[in-house]
Amino acid sequence: MPRTAQRSGLWKKRGNTNVAVFACIRARNVPYLFHLHFLRFGAMAFAGVAILCLLLLSVLGMPAARWKGGDGVVYGGTGAVCAALTLWAALRLAGGGVDEVVLPLGLPWLPAHLRADALSAFFLMVVNFTGATASLYGWGYGRAHHAVHGPKPGPVLPLYPLFLAGMNLVLLANDAFVFLVSWEFMSLASWLLVLANHREEGTARAARIYLIMAGFGTACLLLAFGLLAGTHGDYSFAAIRTHTPTALAGALGVGLMLLGAGSKAGLVPLHIWLPLAHPAAPSHVSALMSGVMTKVAVYAIVRVTFDLLGEPAWWWGGVMLVAGSVTAVMGILYALMQDDLKRLLAYSTVENIGVIIIALGMALVFKAAHVPVIAALALSAALLHIVNHSLFKSLLFFGAGAVLASTGTRDLGRMGGLIHTMPVTAFLMLVGAAAISSLPPLNGFVGEWLLFQAILNGPTLPQWILKILIALVGAAVALAAALAGACFVRAYGTAFLGRARSVAASGAREVNWAMRVAMAVPALLCVVLGVMPTPLLRLVEPATRLLVEAGPFDGRAYQPWFWLAPTSAVGNSYNGLVFLVVIAAVSAVLGLAIHRWASDRVRRSIAWGCGFDEPDPAGVTQYTPSSFGQPIRRAFGATVFRARDTVDMPEPGDVRPARLTVRWSDPAWVWLADPVVRLVNAAADRVNEIQFLTIRRYLSLMFFALVALLVLVAVLQQWS
Amino acid sequence: MKALLLSVLWQVVQMALVLALAPLLTGWVRWVKSRLQARCGASPLQPYRDILRLLRKDVVLAHNASWLFRASPYMIFTAIWVAAGLVPAFTSHLALAPSADLIALVALLGSARFFLALAGMDVGTSFGGIGSSREMMIAAFAEPAMMMMVFSVAILVGTTSLAEIADFMVSGTVGLRVSLALALMALVMVAIAENARIPIDNPSTHLELTMVHEAMVLEYSGRHLALVEGAAMLKLLLYMALIACIFAPWGMAHPGDGLGPALWGLVTFAGKMALGGAALAVFETSIAKMRVFRVGDFLGGALLLATLGAIFLFVSRGV
Repeated sequence: MPRTAQRSGLWKKRGNTNVAVFACIRARNVPYLFHLHFLRFGAMAFAGVAILCLLLLSVLGMPAARWKGGDGVVYGGTGAVCAALTLWAALRLAGGGVDEVVLPLGLPWLPAHLRADALSAFFLMVVNFTGATASLYGWGYGRAHHAVHGPKPGPVLPLYPLFLAGMNLVLLANDAFVFLVSWEFMSLASWLLVLANHREEGTARAARIYLIMAGFGTACLLLAFGLLAGTHGDYSFAAIRTHTPTALAGALGVGLMLLGAGSKAGLVPLHIWLPLAHPAAPSHVSALMSGVMTKVAVYAIVRVTFDLLGEPAWWWGGVMLVAGSVTAVMGILYALMQDDLKRLLAYSTVENIGVIIIALGMALVFKAAHVPVIAALALSAALLHIVNHSLFKSLLFFGAGAVLASTGTRDLGRMGGLIHTMPVTAFLMLVGAAAISSLPPLNGFVGEWLLFQAILNGPTLPQWILKILIALVGAAVALAAALAGACFVRAYGTAFLGRARSVAASGAREVNWAMRVAMAVPALLCVVLGVMPTPLLRLVEPATRLLVEAGPFDGRAYQPWFWLAPTSAVGNSYNGLVFLVVIAAVSAVLGLAIHRWASDRVRRSIAWGCGFDEPDPAGVTQYTPSSFGQPIRRAFGATVFRARDTVDMPEPGDVRPARLTVRWSDPAWVWLADPVVRLVNAAADRVNEIQFLTIRRYLSLMFFALVALLVLVAVLQQWS
Repeated sequence: MKALLLSVLWQVVQMALVLALAPLLTGWVRWVKSRLQARCGASPLQPYRDILRLLRKDVVLAHNASWLFRASPYMIFTAIWVAAGLVPAFTSHLALAPSADLIALVALLGSARFFLALAGMDVGTSFGGIGSSREMMIAAFAEPAMMMMVFSVAILVGTTSLAEIADFMVSGTVGLRVSLALALMALVMVAIAENARIPIDNPSTHLELTMVHEAMVLEYSGRHLALVEGAAMLKLLLYMALIACIFAPWGMAHPGDGLGPALWGLVTFAGKMALGGAALAVFETSIAKMRVFRVGDFLGGALLLATLGAIFLFVSRGV
């Protein structure tokens, strides 16, 4: 036994980077495993080699940071690996089938199980596609940042491939141990990436809170897997799948899973770290954290609730519907109050995660009610929204990073008029803003349309409480969508339109080609998926079939590729292509008619300034982000955030400026985080006393602890 | 094939019809209103003259107006025109009916609003900003209220396609329902808010601090203003046609009908619009405008009514 432990410890240290080590260890430790699965290894080899490449790139990143052009090697290599993995995942998704491999890595009694089924393949596709665009962007961003703001901050190069490798491994894990180790890997790599800009104010606090919440999340996941695996101690997912937990263990497991993965995904009120940490990282990492890492957390929830736990109880979906609705509405209300562009985007991620969780909850309640086709419809809405959000959120973070690189600020109140100085970025951001506001014919709308179709099937459910809940959820989704529109009009209008509010904004320059291309690719896909969503839904159909044993188009005969008409009790169809063609044709007719028959002369003049005609270089006579948010702040924020505007108006004759102050409090901090922090501090003060005891007291403490434990063991053994 | 061609033909007729009738409806409302206020009032044809005059004038652009400011009127007009073409007016046999349903219609109106609000912020005046921010606040209430109304109707009828809703409603199997009454009330309230009518906004003022729509379009002139004004007129017609189509679809022609029912559909449609316009004028004359921050209460009420109606249906009906 000691020899084995020693061996496996050694091999754990080296195994990650050296393939050749496998061979010498397998002979002694786990001889049968490798032979059994050797044939299947071929299909998984690609993913394994790709992840190894990412790890090697990470090692290479350390010296490469000092080379000239080293960033190109690392980002180029990572981008190529991600692109290859995207393609591989898409082909696996289309080809179907399940590949498993057992590697003699990890604990002596628990080799590493890896598996790629349709669900993993879908998420691998999403993660690696964004990884590929983010790599291209990151390369350009590093250069732009280098040119403007001096040396590059922090060790981004070695950590960036590591982060992607961690996310890929979570998606491939097929036992709780590999899952949790990769999960921590992903968390810590992203934590270090958040610290890349550690000299900036607030980054240290963001990273600390992130670390605490990540630790909390992993602890919850650990307990959840422990409960799901039961007492026999087999932590492979195959064993968990066959083992049916008791009702209580299942309920606790789902609750802990929602807490653990939900804190990573950003469910309100566990989201507190997210709007601090995501914006603090470099922009391409922000895009990955917001667009993709939250999806890995969603993957964890899907894997456990749909796959590992077997038959769901109806109230699991109900809990997810409530949590998702609160998250969606609160997330976007938070976003409406932000003046920091990247933080606004992070809060909007919270909203979109809420929508995804709502769609998953819908799928779960319909699965529990044995209506698989509608469950497939809701699940397709969730999966489509996952793709959509990864596209437009990465696009928007790239755009925010472009603005940051060229103006040096994230504060909306110091931007303005960027549509003139950064026309390409402005156009691409407009596409992203319209897509995330779910405007037709872009992709955000299709996801929302599918979700509404699923919600309209709510009356078929047997539970009264769910019927009422789903009607309210529908209202919450509609409200969140309308508020998202307001949020992005505010963000886009103050950043890109109007007049420049600072010298930096008026002197901004368009960013380099790599960043523009990296933004153009997701923008193009936003349009393509909005116009033709059906091929993508067909592609992900194996994933829905795996989880709910039905596809969204089952039982409907006429299903051409350009038509979206899912099976539903409420008949419906949507055709983005016809929509686009009609809109284009009507605009063309309109434009031609106007220019043929109407006057086409244009005169330029000054804008109407309400009688104010002094020069206004700082653009102070226009609306600011906080004044734009004021009506909504008053209508919604007064109760939720206790937002108050106080006006300090000097007396006539007093020359000090008038001042308007906006105060609001964050309910998640006031009601949850602050009391917990106080509680922990108080407990720590108490425990602190134990650190200053005499030897005699320490010994008696240990003795009584031992006695107590022995009594506990005795009682438990008697009882069971 | 013949049915498809016919549906395309009716679609084109419908698009032309809404375009032709929209200024007349606005002129009619203004005329009835001025008669109620004991004024002579301009002829109902005045909006046509206004639009033609605007089209002939030069466009005066602010120095820092961007391409978005110039493109927005076209996008807004297109979105609302296409949306108006989706609402069955005189026949439910429309080519676009299977491509876009009520949810798409709501979203299309949302697109128009998105670009109008952005255009309001483009020049960077305080008027544009005030209008845009208030418009988005109103939309934050109105859009979910409208969506809940859609839910009620869709669950009752079993489809979100407007053409099928009209066909179903006219068949008379629905009967009187509490949910429908609540949905109608919500839709009327939303329509008033979305069309910037009293008591939410005043369509006939230009320099009042509480204005919303007129503040956003203050910087527009010439053909751009003609398009924006035309879009507002189309939107009024659209909402009236929507109310008529869902809650009073009688007289409408259906797939398979010939020319006669279609003509009868046209006559009844004109009658419904005239009645609706007169009712709007009476309502606007008899009520005072409310403060802008009372709008939340008004539209929040609409949202609650619509949600209540939807809940009744969700609970009472297994599809």
